[in-house]
Amino acid sequence: MPNGSSILLECLRREGVEVFFGYPGGVVLPIYDEMVRQKTPRHILVRHEENACFAADGFARASGRVGVCMATSGPGATNLVTGLVNAMMDSIPVVAITGQVSTKLIGNDAFQEADTVGITRPCTKHNYLVKSLADLPHAIKEAFHIASSGRPGPVLVDLPKDVLQAVWPGIESDAALKYPDFVDLPGYKPSFEGHSGQIKKAAAMIWHAQRPVIYAGGGVIASGAGALLEQLSELVEAPVNLTVMGLGAIPSDHPNCQGMLGMHGSYAANQAMVEADLLIAVGVRFDDRVTGKLEAFCKHAKIIHIDIDPAEIGKNVKVDVPIVGDCGQVLEKLNTRLADSREQSDGGLHHRESRRAWLARTEEWRRKHPYEYTDRTDEIMPQALLEEIQRATNGDAIVATDVGQHQMWAAQWLRFNRPRTWITSGGLGAMGYGLPSAIGAQFACPRDTVIALVGDGGFQMSIPELGTLASEQLPVKTIIMNNGYLGMVRQWQDLFYQGRYSSVEFGVFPDCEKLGAAYGIKGMVVRDRAVLRDALQETLAHPGPVLLDVRVSREENVYPMIPAGGALSDIILTDEDARKAATARPVPAQVGSGAGEMS
Amino acid sequence: MPQTLSLYVENKSGVLARVAGVLSGRAFNIDSLTVAKSFDPGFSLMTVVVDVPASLTEQVIKQLSKLINVVTVTCVSDSPAVVREMVLVKIYLPDEMRSRLLQEAEIFRARVVDSAPGSFTLEATGDSDKLEAFLGVIAAYGRLEMARTGTVAMPRGASRAVAVRNPSPKVAAGGPILL
Repeated sequence: MPNGSSILLECLRREGVEVFFGYPGGVVLPIYDEMVRQKTPRHILVRHEENACFAADGFARASGRVGVCMATSGPGATNLVTGLVNAMMDSIPVVAITGQVSTKLIGNDAFQEADTVGITRPCTKHNYLVKSLADLPHAIKEAFHIASSGRPGPVLVDLPKDVLQAVWPGIESDAALKYPDFVDLPGYKPSFEGHSGQIKKAAAMIWHAQRPVIYAGGGVIASGAGALLEQLSELVEAPVNLTVMGLGAIPSDHPNCQGMLGMHGSYAANQAMVEADLLIAVGVRFDDRVTGKLEAFCKHAKIIHIDIDPAEIGKNVKVDVPIVGDCGQVLEKLNTRLADSREQSDGGLHHRESRRAWLARTEEWRRKHPYEYTDRTDEIMPQALLEEIQRATNGDAIVATDVGQHQMWAAQWLRFNRPRTWITSGGLGAMGYGLPSAIGAQFACPRDTVIALVGDGGFQMSIPELGTLASEQLPVKTIIMNNGYLGMVRQWQDLFYQGRYSSVEFGVFPDCEKLGAAYGIKGMVVRDRAVLRDALQETLAHPGPVLLDVRVSREENVYPMIPAGGALSDIILTDEDARKAATARPVPAQVGSGAGEMS
Repeated sequence: MPQTLSLYVENKSGVLARVAGVLSGRAFNIDSLTVAKSFDPGFSLMTVVVDVPASLTEQVIKQLSKLINVVTVTCVSDSPAVVREMVLVKIYLPDEMRSRLLQEAEIFRARVVDSAPGSFTLEATGDSDKLEAFLGVIAAYGRLEMARTGTVAMPRGASRAVAVRNPSPKVAAGGPILL
C-alpha cells in the first residue's frame, strides 16, 4: 500500500526529478526506507545538509531545472538555511524537503524539533508544513510550480513523520496516484508578457538614444533569453555589460560584450555606465555592487528596466520605462518593434551615427583598459592560473566558484561561450559554495568538464564533500587558488585598514596530495609556473576527480576596484591608485562579515 | 507617516507571520494590525497600519504582494476610505464625577457597556483621531485601562477593497506603480 513516503517519491518522479541530494536522519527514515525499494529518483548522499542545498542549487543553475534536496528535522533543516538564502538571493529554483517531528509532537520541543517553516520563512519564496497526507501531492505540485515560475526561488516542504508513514487509501500502487495537473494559487500570478504600450515607449526611447548601454543579469539566463539579448545588442549597436550573475548570457567573445561591470568589473563596462544616455536594464536588480553610490549612478541616463519581479522596479533606482515581464518574452516583442523599419525611421536612423561612434568609443576603452597583471616566472600569478585554465578549457567547461578574490578574477579572466556554465554565489556571497555546487552541476551535465574553482578558505569549508566526489567517482576537478590568505578580506585590510591584517591567515593548510590520497582522489600541488600548464592538462585529462592545489602569489589584489560606497567613476586600477584613494578616504562605515565579500 | 494598508489574503495558518515578517524584516514598526475572515471564508482581510516613509510605501506594497498567500494589497491612506477603530476603556473614578463623565461620553457617542462601584467601562468607535481626543478628555477623570481593536478600513464608493494584484498593466512611465 502506498504511504506518505512512497507518494512523495512518486510526486518527485511526476515532476521529472531524476536525482536529488540529501542526508538522512530520524524523522525522514520512512523516506530512506522507501528508497530501498524505489530506485528513482536517485538519491546522492552528501556530507553536510548545507552542501545538499548548494548541490541542488548548482544542479539547477547548470541545467535550468529545479534542484531538489532533502534533510531531516531540526539540525538537518537548520543546516539548509544558508543554501536556501543563497538560492533566494540569486533566484534559483530549488525545492527542499525536510522531515518534521510527528504532528502530535509539534510545539513540544521534541528531539530534533525546530520550527523549520518559521525559520525558513524569510529564506524561501514560499514554504509548506504538510499536516495531512491528503495535502502532500498538491504541496509538491505547488512547490515545483512556485520554485520554477515567475522569478524563480527556493521552496521548502516540511513533512512530519506521521504524514510520511500514513497510508494513502484507495490505490494499490504509487503509479495509480492521481497527481494534480493544475495549481490554484489566487495570490500568485506572475506576469510574463510585458505591457505593449511600455514596450513601444521603450523602443522609441532606444531609437532616440545616442549612448545606449545594455546592462543584463541573471534574469536573462533564468529566462533563456541570451540569443534575444544578443539580437537586441546587434540591432541597437549597443555595448553589453553583464552582472556577475549574467556572465555567459551572451558569449564573452561577442564584439559588443564588455564583460562584468560593478565593483570589480571592467573599466569599459563601468565607464560606459558613467557616460551612457540610456540604460537598458534586463533581468537585473541594481545591486549595490553594481551601482556603487546611488546618487552618482548613471546620472546622464534614462533607464528602461525589464524584470519579471515588479518589486525590483524602482527599488533602488528610479526608472523611466518599467516593463514587468519575462525577459525573453519582452525582448522578443521589443526586438520585433526595433526591427520594424517604421520605428527605425522615426529616430532610429537619425542617431545611428552617434551610436556607432559611441560603440567605437567603448571598444577603444576595452582595448586600452583590458584586465591587466604582470606575469612572473618565479611565482604563479592568480590571473596566470586563470589564463591557463581558459587556455585549457577554451571556455567550454562549467566553472563553479567559491567567494572572494578567486571568484572575481575568474569573472574577469574566464571567457564564457554559453549560459549556465558559470556557477557562482552572487548575491549572498556564501563561502563553501564552490565544491558542492560543482557536484550538483556535474550531475546535471555528466558529459561536461566541471571545475570547482575555489580559494583555500572556501575549500576548507567544503573539504567533507571530497567524500562525495570519491564515493560517486565524480570527475569534478577541484582547483584551489591557494594564496594562504582569506584574500579578499586581506585586500580590504590592506586597502582600507592600513594593512592591519587580522585573522586572514590560517597558517595551516592540508597537504593536498595526502588529503586527496586519504579520500582515494588524485591530489597534486603546484608551486612552479613552469609546470602549471602540464599540471592543468593532467588534471583535465584524468578520468576521475582531481584535487589540484595551486600555490599563487600571496598578496596580489583584485583590480579594477570601485570602493564600497564610491561612484563608478571612482574606479581604481592599480595598487598605487588604491593607496592614494585610501589615504584620501576614511575607513568605510560598514564593516563586512567574515563571509567573503564585504559591504 | 503611518500608512494604512488593506490586504486580501488566503485564510491559512502562517499568513499573518509572513506579512509581519516582510515588515519586520525591513525594520518597520506596525502601529496596528487587524485580521479576520472576509465574506469568503477562504480569505481574510487584514488592515495594517505601519510606520513607513511615504517614499517606501510602494516598495512595501510590492514586497507584500510577492507573498504567495497575499492576493491583493491596497494603500487605503491614498484614497477616500471609511476607517474605524473601537476602544473599550475602563475608568476608575470617584462617585461624584460619574454623571459628568457620562456627559463627556455622550459628546463622543461612547456607550456604557459595564458599570461597577468605582468604575465604568465605555465603548467608543471612530477614526484614530477621534479616539485619541476622547481618551484625552476622559483621562482627566481617573485612571484608565483600555483595549483597542486597531484600525479596520473600507474604501468608499465603488472602488474595490481588493484591487487587481498584478500591477503590470497599470504601470505608467516614470510614475508610481498603481496597485
